[in-house]
Amino acid sequence: MGEMIQNTEHRTQSTEKKAIATRDAYGEALLELGEKRKDVVVLDADLSGSTKTGKFAAAFPERFYNIGVSEQDMVGTASGLSLTGKLPFASTFAIFETGRAWEQIRQTVCYSNLNVKLVATHSGISVGEDGASHQAIEDIALMRVLPNMTVVVPADGAETKQVIEAIADYYGPVYVRLGRAKVPNVMPEDYKFAIARAHIFNTGKDANIIATGIMVSVSLEAAEILRSEGIDVGVINMSTIKPLDSGALLKAAQSSRLIVTAEEHSIIGGLGGAVCEFLAENHPMPVKRIGIRDTFGCSGTPDELMKLYGLTSDDIVKTIIQCQ
Amino acid sequence: MNPATAYRDINFLREKAKAVRVEILKMLAEAGSGHTGGSLSATDIATAIYFYKLKHKPEDPGWRERDRFILSKGHAAPLLYAVLALSGYFDVSLLKTLRKLGSPLQGHPSSKSLPGVEVSTGSLGQGLSIANGIAIGLKMDGLDSRVYCLLGDGEIQEGQVWEAAMTAAHYRLDNMCAMVDLNGLQIDGPVSEVKGIEPVDMKWKAFGWHVIDIDGNDMDAIVKALDAAESVKGKPTVILARTLKGKGVSFFEGKVKYHGIAPTQEELRRALKELE
Ligand SMILES: Cc1ncc(C[n+]2csc(CCOP(=O)(O)OP(=O)(O)O)c2C)c(N)n1
Ligand SMILES: [Mg+2]
Repeated sequence: MGEMIQNTEHRTQSTEKKAIATRDAYGEALLELGEKRKDVVVLDADLSGSTKTGKFAAAFPERFYNIGVSEQDMVGTASGLSLTGKLPFASTFAIFETGRAWEQIRQTVCYSNLNVKLVATHSGISVGEDGASHQAIEDIALMRVLPNMTVVVPADGAETKQVIEAIADYYGPVYVRLGRAKVPNVMPEDYKFAIARAHIFNTGKDANIIATGIMVSVSLEAAEILRSEGIDVGVINMSTIKPLDSGALLKAAQSSRLIVTAEEHSIIGGLGGAVCEFLAENHPMPVKRIGIRDTFGCSGTPDELMKLYGLTSDDIVKTIIQCQ
Repeated sequence: MNPATAYRDINFLREKAKAVRVEILKMLAEAGSGHTGGSLSATDIATAIYFYKLKHKPEDPGWRERDRFILSKGHAAPLLYAVLALSGYFDVSLLKTLRKLGSPLQGHPSSKSLPGVEVSTGSLGQGLSIANGIAIGLKMDGLDSRVYCLLGDGEIQEGQVWEAAMTAAHYRLDNMCAMVDLNGLQIDGPVSEVKGIEPVDMKWKAFGWHVIDIDGNDMDAIVKALDAAESVKGKPTVILARTLKGKGVSFFEGKVKYHGIAPTQEELRRALKELE
């Protein structure tokens, strides 16, 4: 699995580094965080092998709580732990975390503004063979609409590790969206993640792609192809979707004729939605959204699905060429 | 301990309960809306918790070693506000701002606006999970503080309650004491008609809880049950408190209708007379 992503040979400085899934990076980051901070408590809902919280569980069994297949209860229990000053990380698959427990997240975590970290894996269609029931394509929308919530979607393993460290030092509810498939390292060696700060790889006059998650790597590839054809395209990694880095977005908007958003999520309510909302009010201009077009996923290899749903670099290239 | 909250005897608690009922009725009548029946049915329980059992410091709501009370049935907010005010968390005069614009006394409890409210509630079925998390956290910190969580009998139709019931038993949360206000009524009618919960004691037992079944409007029984709960080790305790909805005001008692409506000024006058 994860072939598509391993095949993407865009030429950033760090391409040679081993591709890992963001969920694997999470497992490692939790372990390191657990070592450093004794207040870290981890909860899972019977998916600790897949979400990689199992590593933390093995190292710190006294600070790991398996709540079983009960996501609503997991979120509630994490909330209670935060009320005693603990730093809970609650993990399961993205659709169960944000879908099943949405109202618990709203009523308890967000309304009371609790220091609960919701870190979900298996987002998007790159989940692959498990099919639509397990492919969250609505989770960004579900979390973004909540007051007090911060939403972060790391682009690679290294960024994921930084995200976990950063949110541990930040007080308040955070949703982190991770994936199952391996992603190449795309962020530069000296990159430093900060909440609400986008990373501008470069800006282009003809189009700027605002991407998030695994679509950052795909977008970099597309930009390279376009540049070789004389079309000047920039790429921005919008890893924090809420709060949106409006400064970076405005800069990208002002410097080009077209904004393209790219996400492994529904085009409704996610990154594309957030960007359109901002631009419509602040800098009206043409926008194209790359994402899942109001339909469910299905079974297949991640590679096949990325093609089927129009999430490849070719799809981005075609979209941008059509607009020139 | 705050002198206002110092326990003296059962009669002291009965008098307190009366004072709590008076405040509930007054604030509801002033607000013109809110939940009367379920606030009155659980008044004796909440009074015993706040004025007999709870280890707390109203002048220091964030005190680390305090016991916690979670009002899972958040619509009984007037009850919570009355016991908090009479315990000294804030001035009793604030009660008349219930449900008004800008008031910290929101229609359902909001922990962001009012000290003493541990967590925001109002959406039924969520409190027991939160209480479990607190109970686990207290144990991790080596504190012997206890957690009390009040639920409604309609509320326990929520699936999450039973998820949480399993969690508390699995993790042997003997610092947890849940209380179910078995007033037999919910919004659309008697619980037995809407969707029956019996045999409710067997359900909790089957879920691994120690069960204490009492008359939930009998102060003596409540005090004894709270004491007994404390000595149960290795498992959580639930107090099944059989109550009368609207307790204390004859024309509200046992009436489905008075779940979610406030007394009129005329009803308030008659109610206060009865309570005298
Ligand atoms: C999740 C949720 N669904 C519905 C409601 C609306 N509601 C408020 S009170 C209530 C009935 C509760 O009955 P019960 O738990 O028996 O409360 P009590 O009789 O103690 O007032 C309902 C359905 C709610 N607050 N939360
Ligand atoms: Mg009831």
